[in-house]
Amino acid sequence: MSDSSASVSKAVKDFLMEAEEITDLLGSELADLADAAESGDLNPDLVNSIFRGAHSLKGLAGMFGFAAIAELSHNMENLLDCLRLGKLNLDQPLIAVLFQAHELLTSLVRSVAEGATAAHSADLAACITKINALLAPPEEQVGVSPLSQLGLSERIQDALTEYEEHRLQDNLSRGRSIYIIHTSFDLSTFDQELARISDQLKTYGEVISVLPSVGGNMETHIDFDILFGTTRQSDDLERLVENDAVTVTRLGKATPPTAPPPPVSPQPPRHAATPAASPAHDAVAAPAPALPGPVPVVGDDAAQTAKSMSRTVRVDIGKLDELMNIVGELVLAHSSISGVATRMRTEGFSRMAVELGKATKALERKLTDLQKGVMEIRMIPVGQLYEKMSRIVRKISREQGKKVELKFHGADTELDKLIVEDISDPMMHIIRNAIDHGIEAPERRLALGKDEKGTIRISSYQKGNHVVIEVEDDGGGIDIERVKAKAQQKGFVQDIGGVSDKEALDFIFLPGFSTNDKVNEVSGRGVGMDVVRNNIAAVSGMVDIETVAGKGTRFIITLPITLAIIKALIIASSGRTYAIPISSVLESLLLTEKDIRTVERKEVIQLRETTLPLLGLDAFFGIERRGERHGEFYVVVVGVAEKRLGIVVDDLLGQQDIVIKSLGEVFRRFRGISGAADLGDQRTILVLDVGGMVNEAMRSGN
Amino acid sequence: MGTKTILIADDSRAMRAMLTSTLEALDDCRIVEASSGFEAMRLLPREKVDLVLTDINMPDINGLELISYMRNNPNYQDIPIIIISTEGSQKDIERGKLLGANDYVVKPFDPATLQELLQKYLNRA
Repeated sequence: MSDSSASVSKAVKDFLMEAEEITDLLGSELADLADAAESGDLNPDLVNSIFRGAHSLKGLAGMFGFAAIAELSHNMENLLDCLRLGKLNLDQPLIAVLFQAHELLTSLVRSVAEGATAAHSADLAACITKINALLAPPEEQVGVSPLSQLGLSERIQDALTEYEEHRLQDNLSRGRSIYIIHTSFDLSTFDQELARISDQLKTYGEVISVLPSVGGNMETHIDFDILFGTTRQSDDLERLVENDAVTVTRLGKATPPTAPPPPVSPQPPRHAATPAASPAHDAVAAPAPALPGPVPVVGDDAAQTAKSMSRTVRVDIGKLDELMNIVGELVLAHSSISGVATRMRTEGFSRMAVELGKATKALERKLTDLQKGVMEIRMIPVGQLYEKMSRIVRKISREQGKKVELKFHGADTELDKLIVEDISDPMMHIIRNAIDHGIEAPERRLALGKDEKGTIRISSYQKGNHVVIEVEDDGGGIDIERVKAKAQQKGFVQDIGGVSDKEALDFIFLPGFSTNDKVNEVSGRGVGMDVVRNNIAAVSGMVDIETVAGKGTRFIITLPITLAIIKALIIASSGRTYAIPISSVLESLLLTEKDIRTVERKEVIQLRETTLPLLGLDAFFGIERRGERHGEFYVVVVGVAEKRLGIVVDDLLGQQDIVIKSLGEVFRRFRGISGAADLGDQRTILVLDVGGMVNEAMRSGN
Repeated sequence: MGTKTILIADDSRAMRAMLTSTLEALDDCRIVEASSGFEAMRLLPREKVDLVLTDINMPDINGLELISYMRNNPNYQDIPIIIISTEGSQKDIERGKLLGANDYVVKPFDPATLQELLQKYLNRA
């Protein structure tokens, strides 16, 4: 695929979408596998599904010309093949290698997505070497396969894959009996029927293979032979599936190689328990002494149902962005039409002005609906992040030898897809920190009288125009005295005595601060909490900490629901126009010079019971003040989370819907600006980043 | 000869898209896509299929089971079946051929090779 036509880039998109799906699924399945290894309750379906994932990715990457991904998934596939065929045991080193390979695979896929030709070749070679070190030497099959004694019909035997053969052998070696359950279903409903019967059967044992076959009424029906391994007796099975037109036939170890043929009658007989009851059938009652009562069975909860009819459509987020931009432009176009209507009215075209006014009102209503509709499409439940989180928690807690339980609340709280993506990394970092520094080792927890298992609780809920995500652990809490000492040592503050505990916690978010001197693999990836705060601020969010010594720490992330179109307050200051997102505006006040007091060289006003710090935009941005402030002026009170700030402005110009456009990487370092917006009259203005400004003001206030 | 219908059974969306765009280059071809063995089985009686291109590793019914079903069903037993397989799946390819598949291609393959192969079977039909 070397030509670079549009169809190729579409093909690469197709590839990426699927490759990401596969790697995501692999990740959660590997975490399940690691859990299964711990509990010793390994479900063969799970291993097979992981194998299938690696296998699909290999084929896909090969076809689309991504050699590194193909090579790595090929090696993973080999390893998983040995595992599923029972040639390797599931142990910690193997799981560690699988996790490592998965991580590399994910970053390889990501670098394709980012168009980077990043050289992972050293990592790749190292990972493949590790995989090969674990691979069992290829063993030739010796002797007669015990399967030949089962008396499986040639038709069924030939259609078994190598893996299914292995599952059959494995079931036999566990002393299970093998049954063939023959069913016949209507062509129109066979998949649901089959899924239902498979689910029923799985409560008793393992469905090894499902082979479609041809019955007497092939125009309307499809027959199936289900190869099933269980410790149950055929009576039990017949009772289990008694409502279905099935025949249950037990295969014997010592049967001559003539299995009872599947019945080929127009109406499959009910409970023809042992057709052609071969003498061998009775002779083989011995190999599987049926255990009394229900037996814990592997594979009972694997509800591998047939794919349901999906009523969802996958859409590239880029397309939604485009749509959103168009909606935004329509909103602006509407604003200018509405402006014309107002001008017409003042200039005396009253009748036409009224009509135009009505039309714009109607347009506005439809536009609001459209905007809401497009907005809703962009919204995804926060819960989509949680799966990733639980993977990370399982992985890190295993590495750290800590026991951690992850609890979720409010997974269905919805947020803009882009915000969800952008907070994934910061949340991951906070969770890493919680396991690394927060949750104590199991022995220490027991000694403290806590449950051996730590808990990390992630809750999300909507609060007005914001969504709050809290990450809370029940670990040791943050040692504030240590934080203070460190802050003083690092020179962040001169007089630590005057710093409150709450203020001290803010030091954690400063660049270069880390309470842990030792850089470790988990939290010390050269990324500090300052990056966490910056990443959250980049989506106009805020992060706060609450901590109680010995009880735990809570990170509170407050995010706007969407970034795309927002209502904004348009203000003027020193002859410049800015937009302040209305979601952050609490109120606006009209004040005079004498309302301002100066405390510690900072301007403040008394707002009801509290003292509100003021901030002038000219001073903040280092712009020369145009004209003295005289007489009356406005203060816009903004707040994010619990913090409040008064922004001093010359004039309030009104409210308007704006579409925030990013200013790109170059402008990222400018604090206090989250983007630019077009006002619809050819004017472009800056949008204030209230979260960033509040933080900055609080910091310089100390 | 009229339009020929090709059924593609593969659970990978990207693979189906790629196969479809490869096969659309053939003259007088109509592509029907199935994302699982079950879907293929449901499409067979509905569409007059002239050739089946199937992956082996699929959920629910795998490629081998699909081949076995088709070869045991008088309605479908003469439809040419081509396996799309992956490097290292030699055993499954052998089984597929034993069950009655006519031919196979191994991923990664050159689209032109697949086009030629298909043309051969379509002309024969």
